Amino acid sequence: MTGPSRQSPSRAVAIAVPLLIFAALALLPLAAGFGPKSYILSLGARVMIFAIAAISLDLILGYGGMVSFGHAAFLGIGGYAAGMLIDGGRGDMLIALPVAMLASAIFAAATGYVSIRTKGVAFIMITLAFAQMIYFFANTLSAYGGSDGMTLYARSTLAGMPLLKGETAFYYVVLALLLAAFLACRSLVASPFGRALSAIRQNPARMAAMGYDVDRIRLVAYTLSGTLCGVAGFLLANQAEFVSPSYMAWQRSGELIAMVVLGGMGTLHGALLGAVAFLALEEILADLTPYWRLVFGPLLILVVLAGRGGLVGLLDRRRG
Amino acid sequence: MRPTSPAAPVLELAGLTRSFGSLRVSDAVSLDVRPGEIHALIGPNGAGKTTLIHQISGLLRPDAGRVVLGGEDVTALPPHARARRGLARTFQITSVIPDASALDNVVMALRPAAGAIFRFRPDPAEDRRLAAEAAEFLELVGLGARTTIPAASLSHGERRGLELAMALAPQPRVLLLDEPMAGTGREESLRLVATLAGLKGRCAMLLVEHDMHAVFSLADRVSVLVGGRIVASGAPDHVRNDLQVRAAYLGDEAALC
Repeated sequence: MTGPSRQSPSRAVAIAVPLLIFAALALLPLAAGFGPKSYILSLGARVMIFAIAAISLDLILGYGGMVSFGHAAFLGIGGYAAGMLIDGGRGDMLIALPVAMLASAIFAAATGYVSIRTKGVAFIMITLAFAQMIYFFANTLSAYGGSDGMTLYARSTLAGMPLLKGETAFYYVVLALLLAAFLACRSLVASPFGRALSAIRQNPARMAAMGYDVDRIRLVAYTLSGTLCGVAGFLLANQAEFVSPSYMAWQRSGELIAMVVLGGMGTLHGALLGAVAFLALEEILADLTPYWRLVFGPLLILVVLAGRGGLVGLLDRRRG
Repeated sequence: MRPTSPAAPVLELAGLTRSFGSLRVSDAVSLDVRPGEIHALIGPNGAGKTTLIHQISGLLRPDAGRVVLGGEDVTALPPHARARRGLARTFQITSVIPDASALDNVVMALRPAAGAIFRFRPDPAEDRRLAAEAAEFLELVGLGARTTIPAASLSHGERRGLELAMALAPQPRVLLLDEPMAGTGREESLRLVATLAGLKGRCAMLLVEHDMHAVFSLADRVSVLVGGRIVASGAPDHVRNDLQVRAAYLGDEAALC
């Protein structure tokens, strides 16, 4: 499997895109004061949460060449971990977030152990199958609302303080986590591990012949990716104060792939831009017409066809 | 016959047998590669060379027999574990990391031996150290001026050289060369023969090759694989005579030269 090919992103775009996005996100709460503030803040936080999920998917999709069609499972696992712990009175972020990450890591390691042995379409189907399994399992959790989902009676606290309660404070906590996730992933893909992962996407036989344990590297990447996506799930449940099996629906997994592909795979800032563009477009188009998916679908196809590197690829080409 | 080295073989195949259905593709193949020597394996198409290579590199498990690398039985080990024990290889179709620069390709080859795979943060100091080491190997194959070029942009011959540098960089015990002359022009293959001759003694090599000129100008010993069996083995002159005798009596099955 050669995996998705990509152009090497120009350095200027790789710096300018995330810088502009993070600057805009940091300033958004100030600008929101002039409009429907809580709507803007909650949309902004939602975009950032999905950006974390999209970045985590880009690690294995763009860098690792593993097309996971079940990534939403981790949104659900992180979300349910938050919901169950808050329900049990242990919802402080210092406990609940690590537990959400651990649960995601365990699920990722266990399902990854099986899935990474397959390639191409088989990998897509097996990740989908695992996500469907946990989706239906969540439907049977009658103590936690079954298919109706569960309402969280409060948001997580942070070291006992109700920091996540106000929209603005919640917004900045999410922003800080997104920034941390982005920087950590940037560092990861430049590390020996990240370079090996990317090289394995391009030529697994060569890497094995040089002494790289290809399966183990893929599995570690898959587990790291799932763990990070669990963080997004934890935040999503806190924001909505609600979690349901629909978090793990396969459509959600598809949307995450669409975000990464729309923005440009294998660049991280592409996933960031993709999540912003995807959710903003969805919001704008859904406001204009109930048939917004009719417009949205072709638009997505256009971007993917026109810029083989997604939106980031288009930006690169404009400069070149 | 040339005097044979008394040293223990670095690679030993003992009775390797592998069948696909009723077809026995490797039939009790035994051969060894001694330190510093070039042992060539020749044979017509369909002789079972590729199947044998897969069993040496670990992509296929033999039905019977053993692969011994540096005195250790590696028959049950996967390819990456064999690589870590000193088996390097080149592929029949040149195999490099296309997006990475020539230098990064060789650095990548150095990392497993440096125990530097599961490092989750960039380490500029180590990168510099490995890059300096890698540059020497690129120099060795004549790519000293091409270090920053992405492997995908190198010429076919340059990629062959790069792959060779990647195989040599971790200083393997034995280097498996899978038809290195395949698809090269006359001039390029002469250059490659010269390069390989210059590398002789650096590590032991098992050279699987069609190009008789290359084989007889490089090899210390030659083994001939026909129908999954070793039909002749020994010094190049000895094998050449043997093959001519066989060709005269047996017809074209053994007429390889």
